[in-house]
Amino acid sequence: MLRWILGGREAQSSAEKSPVLCIGEEQPKNCFTELQVLKGHFDIVRFLVQIDDFRCASAGDDGLVLVWNVETGERLQELRGHSQQITAITTITCKNEVTLNTSLITASSDRSLSLWDPDTGNRVQTISDLHSSVKCLLVLERLCVWLSGGEELCVWNRDFQLQCQRPNHSDTGITALIELPKNYIAAAMDKKIMIYSLTVSADSSLSVAEIRCLSDHQDQIRALINVNDGLFASGSHMGELILWNATEWNLLAYEHILWEESQDYNQTEIRMGAPKPSEMSIQHLTTNGNLILAAVGSGLYVYSVQTRSVVAYRKVAHDSNVLHTMLLSDCELMSCSEDGSVRMWEIQDLPLPAEPASSGFFGMWSFGRSNKQSGPPSKKVIDIPNIRMLELTGDLIGHSGAVQMFVSFTEKGLVTCSADHLLILWKNGERQSRLRSLALFQKLEERGGL
Amino acid sequence: MIGSPDVVAFAKEDEYGQTSPDPWPLPEEFSVPLYPLADSNPWAKTSYAKFTKDFILISEFSEQVGPQPLLTIPDDPKVCGTFDLNYFSLRIMSVDYQASFVGHPPGTGYPRLSFVEDSRVVLGDSKEGAFAYVHHLTLYDLEARGFVRPFCMAYVAADEKKIMLQFQELSLRFSQASECLKAGNRRAFAKELQRKLRDLEYTHSVLQREEGLQREAGPQSMYSAHAVEKANELANVEKSIFEHRDLLKQISSYHRRPRRDPHAVTCQKCVDECLSECEELLNKYAKIAYPCGYSEKAGKGEDGQGHPRGQGEDDDDDDEEEGVKRKLSYTPQLIKAKSAKCFDKRLKTLQELCDKTFYEATVELLKETERSFRGDLCYLYTRRLDKALQRKQRVTAFLFEEDLSDDDEDELGTLRPFCAVNHAVDNYVLLNPPPIVLTPEPHELDALERPEHLDPASETSVTQESELGLGESHLESSPSDQTLETQESSEETKGSFSSDKSGVGLAEMQQGLVSMKSEAPDPDSDLTPDPNHNLERESSSEEMETTAGEDEGENGGHQTPVSLLEVVSELEANREEECEGVSGSELLAPIDTACCMAQEGFLYEASAPEAVPRLCQNFHLQPSQTLVVNQEPQALLPLQDDYTVGSPCSESPVTGLELPSGLLGDAVSRTSAEDGSDCTMSASTGSDQTASPLGYGAVVTLRQRKKAGQGALRFVRQYPFAIQALWCLLSGRTLVVLGADEGRVRRLVAALALFVPAPGKCGERVQAWLSCPFTLTDLQRWKLIGLQRVASPLGSSMLYSLSRYSRYISILDADQKTLRCPPYRGQLLANIADHRTYIRRGSTYFLHLQSTLCHLAAKAFLFTFTHHLHLPVSATEGPEFVESRRRCFLQEQLGLGEEDSQILLYLSQLITQQYLQPNGSSAAAPSFSFNYTTSILYKI
Repeated sequence: MLRWILGGREAQSSAEKSPVLCIGEEQPKNCFTELQVLKGHFDIVRFLVQIDDFRCASAGDDGLVLVWNVETGERLQELRGHSQQITAITTITCKNEVTLNTSLITASSDRSLSLWDPDTGNRVQTISDLHSSVKCLLVLERLCVWLSGGEELCVWNRDFQLQCQRPNHSDTGITALIELPKNYIAAAMDKKIMIYSLTVSADSSLSVAEIRCLSDHQDQIRALINVNDGLFASGSHMGELILWNATEWNLLAYEHILWEESQDYNQTEIRMGAPKPSEMSIQHLTTNGNLILAAVGSGLYVYSVQTRSVVAYRKVAHDSNVLHTMLLSDCELMSCSEDGSVRMWEIQDLPLPAEPASSGFFGMWSFGRSNKQSGPPSKKVIDIPNIRMLELTGDLIGHSGAVQMFVSFTEKGLVTCSADHLLILWKNGERQSRLRSLALFQKLEERGGL
Repeated sequence: MIGSPDVVAFAKEDEYGQTSPDPWPLPEEFSVPLYPLADSNPWAKTSYAKFTKDFILISEFSEQVGPQPLLTIPDDPKVCGTFDLNYFSLRIMSVDYQASFVGHPPGTGYPRLSFVEDSRVVLGDSKEGAFAYVHHLTLYDLEARGFVRPFCMAYVAADEKKIMLQFQELSLRFSQASECLKAGNRRAFAKELQRKLRDLEYTHSVLQREEGLQREAGPQSMYSAHAVEKANELANVEKSIFEHRDLLKQISSYHRRPRRDPHAVTCQKCVDECLSECEELLNKYAKIAYPCGYSEKAGKGEDGQGHPRGQGEDDDDDDEEEGVKRKLSYTPQLIKAKSAKCFDKRLKTLQELCDKTFYEATVELLKETERSFRGDLCYLYTRRLDKALQRKQRVTAFLFEEDLSDDDEDELGTLRPFCAVNHAVDNYVLLNPPPIVLTPEPHELDALERPEHLDPASETSVTQESELGLGESHLESSPSDQTLETQESSEETKGSFSSDKSGVGLAEMQQGLVSMKSEAPDPDSDLTPDPNHNLERESSSEEMETTAGEDEGENGGHQTPVSLLEVVSELEANREEECEGVSGSELLAPIDTACCMAQEGFLYEASAPEAVPRLCQNFHLQPSQTLVVNQEPQALLPLQDDYTVGSPCSESPVTGLELPSGLLGDAVSRTSAEDGSDCTMSASTGSDQTASPLGYGAVVTLRQRKKAGQGALRFVRQYPFAIQALWCLLSGRTLVVLGADEGRVRRLVAALALFVPAPGKCGERVQAWLSCPFTLTDLQRWKLIGLQRVASPLGSSMLYSLSRYSRYISILDADQKTLRCPPYRGQLLANIADHRTYIRRGSTYFLHLQSTLCHLAAKAFLFTFTHHLHLPVSATEGPEFVESRRRCFLQEQLGLGEEDSQILLYLSQLITQQYLQPNGSSAAAPSFSFNYTTSILYKI
C-alpha cells in the first residue's frame, strides 16, 4: 500500500527485510469499532488503575492523576498535588458499615505519598519528605495496612501512620512486592527475592522481619506475580522464568526462555545501534492461575502451570518491546507494545501436526522493526506437537507513541494509555450505538415527542 | 385556452425551428402572435419592462422642481436601462400623502411639526411594466415649506406579484430604513434649529440695541415710522425665537409620542442619546429669559442692555465668541421675512438632511434589502419555503443543510431594530418579522369575512410576537384603530397648544411678518463654504405662516367620490367617526376593502390635478395602512389563482406558510436559472481563491455551496470511482485528498465538502489543506482532509501516518487519480454519482444532490426514531432479534445493501448524537466509529 502512495519510490529498507506479522484491515473478531480519545495529560501516561466498574484513574510523568468515566469518556476528577512523575499508584478499599470506599494511593518521585478521594478529588492524606521515592505499593486488605517499597520497606496503616520500617541493603531497592500466604511478603530486589514476615504483636503493633533471601535469578528481576495460592512466579531480565512455592519458598520450575537464534540476532541489532534491551528480557508477567503469560522482548510466551511447559508463543508478536499483557481467558490474550499498537491474540489448536519439531524452528523468524502493512499477512504455522498457535485476531491502532498499559472493563471497553500523552477508550461500536438509541428513546419519552 | 403559452408555443415556429415550410400553413390572420418579446426568458416578466433587475429608487417631491429621482440602488445606470426615472418619480410621488396638516393648526399661534407616519403603497404602471412598493416619508427641514420635505423610497420591480406578496417584508425593511433616515434627520434638524436660534438671538440683541438708541434719541422719534418698523421687527424676531424654541421642544418630544407604526422600531440607545441631546439644547435655550417679556420691560424704559441675555452668553462663551464674529456678518434683515423667490434657494440634499452616518447606514440597509430581494418570486419563495421547512426539521437539518441558527440578520430571521451607530450589541430587542403571508389580501368584496378565517394564524403569531417583542400591534391588526389615534392625538396637541398661547400680540406680529418683504439674498451666500451655514442664512420664515391644514371633517363625507379609492377611504373615515372607541378586532376589514376597491378601474384619475389633494388627505388618514393602488386589474387574476390558499392552517402559525405544491416544481427549475450566471461549465477555471470557498472559520454560504456544486459535478463526471468516494464521505469514513498542487486539492475538497454530513456551521469537519502529518485526533475531527504531498522527510512521516491510519481513511490521490477505499457495490448513490449524467449545470446538480441527500436524511430520521429497530420489543428478546429486525428493515423495506446501510447507520448515528447533545457540548470526548474492512485501489 505504501508503495503506491510513494509513487514507485523505493520504500524503507525495513519493509522488504522480512515478512511481517500483519492481520490486515479485515478483522471480524475485533469488536472495538469505536474509540474516544481522552486528553488531559501533558506527559507520558504510565499507569492505569481501575477504581470500580466504571471509573479508572490514569497517572503519568506529569504528576497528574486523572479520574475518568469509562462509560462516557468524561474526565471526572483531576488530582493535582504531585510535583514530579508518579512512580506507583494503587487503590485501597475501606469497608464502611454500608459502603465500600475506594481511595487512591499514589507515590511520586517528589518523595511523597498521597491518599486521594476519587469522588471528590480531595487529597485526604499526604506524606512528604520520605528518604527515598517509593517504587511500589502493596495493600494488605486483611491487615488493614499497606506497604511501600523503595530503598526501604515501610508499613503504614490506613491513616498514613508509619507502623514500622525496614531499611534495605541493596542499592536498587525494592521494585516489586507481592503478598504471600500467612502474612508473608515477597519483595523483588535486583537479582534477589526477599521474603519478609509481618507479625502483629499483642498490642497490635506491627513488625517486619526478614525471613529468607531467594537468589536463584542470574539477572535483575523484572516481574514478580502471584500465580495462585501455592505458587508465585518471577521473571528476570535475561529471560529466566522461575516458579516458586508460596509457602515453602523453594524453586518449583526454572524456565530459561532462550530464543535460539537470539544471540547473533541480538548482536546484529546491537551493531545496528538499536537501543533496545535484550530480546529475552521478561518485561511483564501475568497469569490467570492456569497459565502464565510472559512478555519477552517483543514476543509473547504462554506457560502452563500444570504441565510446567510452554503452551504457545510468538517470538515476534510486536514490532517492538511488549510492555503490558493480559490474559482475558484461557485462550484469549492481549498485549501492548512500544510500537504503539495493542494486539489481541487467540491460542488456537493447530489444525494438523505437520513436520516434527526442530530445534531450529526459531530460526525461521527473523524480524526487524518494520512496516507491517507493506506485505501480505504471513501466517506461518508453527509445527510442533505440544505447542499450540498464538493467532493474531485483531489489533488496535491509534496511539502514536508506546502503549504503556491498558485496563479492560470487559464489555464496557478497554482503556489504553500511551507515551503520546493520550488515553484511548476503545469500545464496542454496536453496544454503544444500542446504548445511544436507548438514551435517545428515553429522552424522547421525557420530552414527550420531538 | 388559446392564449396560454403552452398552446402558443406550438402555434408558430420561431426562426430557430425547422425551416422546412409547413405544407398547411395557418393563414396569417389566424396565427396567434407569440408571447410578447418571446425572444427572452419566458419566465421573466422583466422582458417587457425597460429595466432588467429590480432596484430601489429614492425620490423627492422637491418644492422647487417637483418630483425628482435622487438615487437608485444599485447605483448603476445599467440597472434602470431606458426606464424613465423622472416619469416614474412623478408617478410615485404624486401620492403626496402628507401635504395636509402642517403649519399652524387652526387656533394655535405656533407652527406645528407634523408627525406623519410613513405610508406604504403599491403602485403600478402597466405601460412601463413597472410596479413598485412605495414608502413615503417626510423629513424635517427648517427651510422647507411646512418644515417638511416629502421623500419616498420605492422598490421597483417588473413583477407585480412579487411586490404584492412581499409586501410585509418590504414594509418591514423599508420602515427600518426610514426610521434610520428619520433618526438622523431629527438630529440634523435639532442642530439646525440650534443654529437658527443662536442667530435669532443675535438679531434680537442687535435690534434691541438699536431700539435703545432710538429711545435715547427722544420720545418723538419713538413714534416715527422707522421706529415702528424697528419695533415690529423686534417683535417678529421674538416671535420667531419662541417659535423655534417650540419647534425644538416638539422635535425633542418626538420619542414620547406614541408610535402608531408597528414597524417603527428604533434603537433604544439612539433614542436616549437623541433625547438627551435635545434636552440639553432645550435647557440651554430656556435659560435665555423670555425675550418677549424682556422687550416689553425694555419698552417700558428700563435699561436692560440684556443682562438675561448675558447669561445665555456665559453658558457657551468661547463658542459664542466665534459665533459673534461669524454672525457679525449677518444683517438682521435676513431673518425678518420669507423669501419670495423660493426657487432661488438651494434645498438641502438628502445627505445634508440626515446625519452622515445615518445616511450611509440607510443606504447600506437598502442595499442589503435589494440583495435579499434579488431573484424572482418563485426563487424567493422556494428559499423561504426551504428555510421554513428546515426550521421545522431541526432534528436532521444539521446534516446537509446550511446552518440556520445564526442568520438573524438574514431576511427571514429575526430582524433587529436597525441602528446606524451599531448599538445593537447590548440593547437590541428581538423583533420578529411578520409571518410570511403567501396569501395575497383577498380581492373579492365578499372577503369581508375572510379576515376571520385568515387571521387566526397570523394573529396568534402576532400575539406571540408582541409578547416577545416590543408589544406592538401588528400592521394587519387594526389600521383604522390606528388612524383614530392619529386623529385624537392631533386633536389633543391642538388643544394644548391653543391653551399655552402666550400673548395676544402674536397674531398681529404674524401678520406683520407676512407683510414684510424679504430683501435680496446675501450676495456672498453662495461663496460660504459651509452649506448648512449657507442655507441657514437664506432661511426664510415661510414655515411660520403656512396655513393650517384643513379640518379633517371636511373631506369625510361631503365630496362626490372621484374614484373608488376615495370611496374606500371615505367609508373608512365614516366608520372611524362612527365607531370611535370600538376595539380594533372588528375593524380588520378596511384593508380588504382598500385592496378590492383598488382592483377596479381606478385608472388615471389619481393623477388628475383636483383629485390629488383629496387623495392626499385620505392617505393621511390612514398612515400605516396597507393601501394598494392597483392600476391593472387583470394583473391580479393569476395572482388569485396561483397563490390563494385554501385553509390557512392553525398548525403552522410559526411559518404561516402555504404554497400550492404545483409551484414547487417551477420554483426549483427557476432557481437554477436564476443564478445561472455563476454556473456555466466554462466558468469553472477560477483561481484558487474562488475555487476554494472553504476556509476554516468562515461560514459557508449557499452561494459557495452552489459553486462547489459545479466542482462536484465535474468530479462525478471525471472520475469513474466518484461513487466510491462519495460513499466514503457519506458513510463517515474520512477521505484524504492527497496532492502536490494546492489549488487542485483545495478545489477537490471544496467540491467534495458538499457530501460531508454535518460539516458544521463553518465547515469544521473539513480541512482544505494540511501540510503536516495528521494524528488520530485529526481524523476524528475532520471528515475530509486535503493533504499536501511532499517529497521530503516530512513527507515520509506524513506517508507513515497515512499508512498507519489507513484503516480509518480512504485516500484519493489527486495526482495519480487513484482512490483507495473499501469497495462499494450499492445502488443508493448511483443517481448522484453517475458520470454519464446529463446534468450540465453546477447549480442544477447541487439541487439534485440536495434532494437526494434530503431523501437520505429523511430515511435516516425514520430509521433513527423507529423504536423497534433499535430496542427489544419484549423482555425476552435478545439483541439478535433486534439486529435481524434492523437488517430486515434496511434491506427489505428500504432496499439497501450492506454498504448503503452503512450510510444510513452513520447518518442515524449523527442524528442520535445531535439529538442527545444538541450543542455538541458535552464534557466527554467525541467518539469515532469505524469498521474493519479491506480497502481496494481504484484507478481511473
